[in-house]
Amino acid sequence: MDLLSVDGLSKSFGGLQAVNDVSFTVPKGAIKALIGPNGAGKTTLFNLISGVLPPDCGSIGFNGSPVQGLRPHRIAARGIARTFQHIRLFPKMSALENIMVGRHVHSRAGFIAGMLNLPFTRRERRNVRQKSIEIMEFLGIAGLAEAEATSLAYGQQRIVELGRALACEPRLLLLDEPAAGLNMRETGEMASLISRVRDQGITVLLVEHDMSLVMNISDEILVLSYGQKIADDTPLAIQKNSEVIRVYLGEADA
Amino acid sequence: MKARHLSVAVFAFVIVAIQLATHFSGRAYYLTQFTMAAYYSLLIIGLCMLIGYAGQISLGHAGFFAIGGYVSAFLTTHDFSAQKSSALVSFLAKAGVLGIRPDLYGGELLTFQPWPACLIAVVAAVTIAAIIGGPVLKLRGHYLAMATLGFGIIVYRIVLATTALGAADGISDVPAFTLLPGIQVTGRSSERVMNYYIAWGVVTLSMVLLLNLIHSRVGRALASIHGAEDAAEATGIATATYKLKTFVLSAFFASLAGVLLTHYNGGIGPSEASVMKSVRYVAIVAIGGMANLWGALSMSLVLNYLSLRGYFGTYDDAVFGGILILIMLFAPDGLLRRQVFSDFKRLFSSGSGQGEA
Repeated sequence: MDLLSVDGLSKSFGGLQAVNDVSFTVPKGAIKALIGPNGAGKTTLFNLISGVLPPDCGSIGFNGSPVQGLRPHRIAARGIARTFQHIRLFPKMSALENIMVGRHVHSRAGFIAGMLNLPFTRRERRNVRQKSIEIMEFLGIAGLAEAEATSLAYGQQRIVELGRALACEPRLLLLDEPAAGLNMRETGEMASLISRVRDQGITVLLVEHDMSLVMNISDEILVLSYGQKIADDTPLAIQKNSEVIRVYLGEADA
Repeated sequence: MKARHLSVAVFAFVIVAIQLATHFSGRAYYLTQFTMAAYYSLLIIGLCMLIGYAGQISLGHAGFFAIGGYVSAFLTTHDFSAQKSSALVSFLAKAGVLGIRPDLYGGELLTFQPWPACLIAVVAAVTIAAIIGGPVLKLRGHYLAMATLGFGIIVYRIVLATTALGAADGISDVPAFTLLPGIQVTGRSSERVMNYYIAWGVVTLSMVLLLNLIHSRVGRALASIHGAEDAAEATGIATATYKLKTFVLSAFFASLAGVLLTHYNGGIGPSEASVMKSVRYVAIVAIGGMANLWGALSMSLVLNYLSLRGYFGTYDDAVFGGILILIMLFAPDGLLRRQVFSDFKRLFSSGSGQGEA
């Protein structure tokens, strides 16, 4: 059963064909990695799926219904959460508050209820807080709850951002270079966190340059080059794929 | 939550203290300016929500204030007896929305009652805010500033050019607004103390509502939009809707302030719609610390009072323009931030250091 199915997706910026007729699927419960050289169109593909950019053509099916062209907040409400290549935490808020914002789509209090601070609003706030603390405990960062999010160490900020995405209770989690800027130990921790997230039943699609992380945790790997799909297979098969080797290492002299 | 309640209690104490001080020093007439400052503060705290918490600028809020004030003034002073035969007017008169009251010359006027007039005025301002807010809030930074400035200028030119609204003279003889039996918004000096407490009571109540709001789910959503809009959107927050709703909320407070001050003053003139008023409001929010409701409120109390008492003389507008420039240059986060005090210390210590060298 495929959770995400992308069909014939294209996007160009002026003369540059950033994503060119890309089709693939992400099976439910899988970790799928998206790799490719710089400028291959990985982040553009992420932005198309999460609604930041509208596609020129093609379709994106999520859980059986089309989501292409929807605004990002609608896509988030459908159950697709994401993190960013350059960490985008909310400044002047604690780590806990950042994660509490992630509960937005699972809470209701609007302007009037908020101003009147109704009993249901207070109860809802307690629940949001409780759930956010549980997520921080799951990620092993409960001790950072009250710290200002943007003043944390880089690796901790990545985990807080992951926590904010998890607070949306997504069915599909998009991770844009989750290990970028992390050292080897932190990368290992991130890899095990992503595996544990998957074990919770959340499907993961990630862009990553760190090949050890990609090969260790992925069930499937999609390879892009110049906006086109050149391979879509298991990690073992990708490692032996001559086209992928040529793209990454250049032509063999012989 | 405890801290929030304590602040409100301290504020209420200050309000009572001011009244007692003016009473015992025999300067009860100062309360008039304090009361007017309260109504301007009502606009200020709404604008503070928009600028400081939703991160959107508006240089047109005097326009919403004027819409509230003028609509209410027009409806409560315009004589509808000529249209008495029309079905709508006779229906409204029967329903008690219109009422007969004596005019200054012993005749009779058929005008709107203040309550329905107030309702219509606020609904009008809020509707206009919702209509223009949709397209205008798609703009950012100085483009948004210019668009809202344009709105303010349009309102100003309309009230200045419309004879039905008194053109350059504005509208006078606006009746008292009976909120509840025995409780009237009016400038009569016999009701001065009561009106001081009505005005600041409305402000205090509004503060409680807005403080609740910023500590709610909506407040967190607004702060996240202000901090990282793309991430807020990706987290499921309908950023455009939240900006629009905050814009409408601030227009609500601005128009309500316009209605109440117009009834208090017994009239309104085109200067209330002028662009310099809008600039003044932004300056007060800025000096109060942008995302700081208490800062904006206290600065509004002090500066509006000083301005209304005439301390700035003919330089009134220049003072507020100057404040805005100085704040943007030296304390873009506002004056009422702890960090600013350390900045000033550093400014002086580095200054003296250079002097010695």
